[in-house]
Amino acid sequence: MPNQSWKPHTAHPPWYFVLPAVFVSCSLGFVFIYLGFRAFSDGPAALWELLWRERTAVLLWNTLRLAFGVMVLTTLISFPLAWLTARTGLARYRVVSLLAILPLAIPGYIMAWALLSLGGDYGIIQRLGGGSFPRITGYWGALLAISLYAFPYLYLNLRSAFLGMDPAQEDAARSLGRGPISVFFTVVLPQCRPAYLAGTLIILLYVLGDFGSVTLMRYETFSQAVFVQYSSLMDRQTASGLALLLMVIAGGLILLEVRLLGRMTLHKVGTGTVKAAGYYSLRPWWWVLVGLFLILVFGSALVAPLFAISFWLIEFPPAGEMPQVWRGLKDSFSVAVPSAFLAGALALPLAYLGVRYPYGRGRALERAAYFGYAMPPLALALAAAAVSLYLLPFLYQTLFLLIVVCSLHFLAEGMGPIRTTLYQASPRLEEAARSLGCNPLTAFFRGTFPLLLKGMAAGIAFVFLSVMKELPITYILSPWGFHPLAVNIWDLTNEGMYAEAAPHALALLVFSLIFIGFLMLREKRI
Amino acid sequence: MNSLLQIRGLAKRFTRGAYPAVNDIDLDVLPGEIFALLGPSGCGKTTTLRMVAGFERADRGEIRIHDVLVEGGSRTIPPEKRNVGIVFQDYALFPHLSVLKNICFGLKGKPKAEQLKLARAVLQLVGLEASADVMPSTLSGGQQQRVALARTLVAEPDLILMDEPFSSLDPVLRENTRAEVRSLLQRAQMTTILVTHDQEEALSFADRVAVMRDGKIEQVGTPEEVYNCPQTEFVARFLGRTNLIEGVASGCMAETDLGRLRLDRTAWGKVQVSLRPEHLSLIPPDPRAKRPAGQIVDRAFKGHDITYCVRFPNREWIVHTDNRNQFKVGEFALLTALEPAVVLKSEAGAEPAVALGAAD
Repeated sequence: MPNQSWKPHTAHPPWYFVLPAVFVSCSLGFVFIYLGFRAFSDGPAALWELLWRERTAVLLWNTLRLAFGVMVLTTLISFPLAWLTARTGLARYRVVSLLAILPLAIPGYIMAWALLSLGGDYGIIQRLGGGSFPRITGYWGALLAISLYAFPYLYLNLRSAFLGMDPAQEDAARSLGRGPISVFFTVVLPQCRPAYLAGTLIILLYVLGDFGSVTLMRYETFSQAVFVQYSSLMDRQTASGLALLLMVIAGGLILLEVRLLGRMTLHKVGTGTVKAAGYYSLRPWWWVLVGLFLILVFGSALVAPLFAISFWLIEFPPAGEMPQVWRGLKDSFSVAVPSAFLAGALALPLAYLGVRYPYGRGRALERAAYFGYAMPPLALALAAAAVSLYLLPFLYQTLFLLIVVCSLHFLAEGMGPIRTTLYQASPRLEEAARSLGCNPLTAFFRGTFPLLLKGMAAGIAFVFLSVMKELPITYILSPWGFHPLAVNIWDLTNEGMYAEAAPHALALLVFSLIFIGFLMLREKRI
Repeated sequence: MNSLLQIRGLAKRFTRGAYPAVNDIDLDVLPGEIFALLGPSGCGKTTTLRMVAGFERADRGEIRIHDVLVEGGSRTIPPEKRNVGIVFQDYALFPHLSVLKNICFGLKGKPKAEQLKLARAVLQLVGLEASADVMPSTLSGGQQQRVALARTLVAEPDLILMDEPFSSLDPVLRENTRAEVRSLLQRAQMTTILVTHDQEEALSFADRVAVMRDGKIEQVGTPEEVYNCPQTEFVARFLGRTNLIEGVASGCMAETDLGRLRLDRTAWGKVQVSLRPEHLSLIPPDPRAKRPAGQIVDRAFKGHDITYCVRFPNREWIVHTDNRNQFKVGEFALLTALEPAVVLKSEAGAEPAVALGAAD
């Protein structure tokens, strides 16, 4: 046909939405490239040699062993818990699902502190007259500390999968002659895979990036080695090389996840409405088992750390430590509050691009936020420190840099709720505003922005909470004399000063417990 | 009369190399006219509308409103400067603003007192003065629709665009709302373009209808013209049920399966003609007639009329007759045409030279 080959006009997002997104992806991309540059600074031979050191293999093996262990343990906890709170009579008790989420408020390094302070000489158990109980350290210590903190990530994913399933499929399978157990394995379980993979990915990324629990537990992993190289040996090149390797492993995990998820389309086929899932009824003696399971999980994940805090606070009233606690709280706030608002401000244009221009560059720019979230925080912090030290010395050791890095890392957390509300706001609203005389920016602020406020608030609160708990980034990028709570807890525990760490842990927990409870109730995740 | 909206050679595609969504269309809409763009989904009608509103850029062609070029070449006037109002399918009422504030939205810049006065007046016009302070989500679909229209009207646009505005209403409400909106628009003498896929809606609502298909306009005319004299097979089929017949024309008559038929215009050679079911009637078989009789295979009584399906050796015919004409399933009857058959353009557009599989 004639005249069929003209080039179509494409819609371009306005520059004021693109600019913040470009800033995010450029800074993250730059940091990543610079880390590579540092790692290669002594030539590729040095990096090659680093890779083939026996020590690197040991670190890799330890990291994988830990990751595998955490995966198994979090699955053992989350799977039954999610099923019980979604598909049995336990679902009626919202307090159980709230309890199942609260461990998120107790970061790994506080779990590690609690576990360490329980056993051993002069530990809580010995002080209570329980004889000599070994101190939990090393592999098992790190495994417990990380799993007990991180399992709710998997639990939340699995639970929404269980709740979102179309029970009519199970009914159909039953009517086709399958028993309940067969239905569970052939219909229910396969549908959990995307949720399981997504939840496990978050946990594995956390294992890679966490150094709080592993250093306190004296268990040698990649992140622990990066930290040691950086802080005590001051070997920046090895640290950069290991950090780069850490990022590569994280990238590999994500690619693996994308490949595994890509092959699955697990949604309802057809247009019928989904009815609410029915509850399975359990026999009485099963409830005894369920009770024991709940006591074991909540006892170790919630009661143990809270008990440890209370014990130390009562036995050793922390009067002398209080000024440091208040300072820590103030410092934590002075990084968490601005980071949260900066992340909110950056997340808004990014989410807008991703939702309204969901193709080509718009989507790519939005993905930058997830790239930042997936970067192990330790590696990101090291890279940012290097960049500021060698290229932007006026930023080195400033609160500003700490705030920017925190908000870049946690941007994705802030974007989630904003995206959700943005999807509910029809693009027609802005078009209606345009046809009624508004320019694009006014149309956005008068027609759409008021609808996003709730999502913005939730997003900002999520980032605030995460920055309050964040250890690796604050530890490495804190300006001199800046002591947020997270850093204090780690420092004091590392020195074996368990009693002194308790009030810091309490201050942090009070905030994070309140925020987690509030956010999860608001987001209707319970 | 000068046209209010003038579209020349308008074209748009969304991805390079893909089939154009809008492919070289020309349109003229007169002042005060209610104009419908009718076509199946994906025919480019909404894209055309969005280009007129300024939400999509045209790849080529021109759009003029009151002889002012708003889209064409490298020039594009942003939507807020076009003075074109739009009523969306989902109404796009601002959920965070009350009904009154929704209506005042387009009056920004005017003194507050005047805004309120105008808004109250238009609310009265659409019969919703009691709902001024409620939130839109508490209104019914039909009320939301009227608020959306009021919000558009109060800004005094040159042209109102309506994108499937009645499709989210339930059928009972739809017909009433349609009549109300139509009389409102006529009283305001508002030039309106309605986009719809519902042929009944287009025919009953609009003064003129453009039937679109695959990004092109097939036919423009009054509802009577496009219904009674469809120019193409597509238009004939899209605007209701029809019987398509092949025949050999010589002047104003054609030789067909039904015998010699009168044509609406002169034609020569092989032609395809359309006969609406209500333009056919059934008569009892007559042994003297040389034509064969058909057998009634289906009969649907619809109160005021009856639809018959009549089988002949090579095809079936649909016939609408009034309810006095009673035949039973299984009986034989002869078909007669009450109106001239409408000669259709062949699909290729030019001479009807394609050999159509005519009956032997």
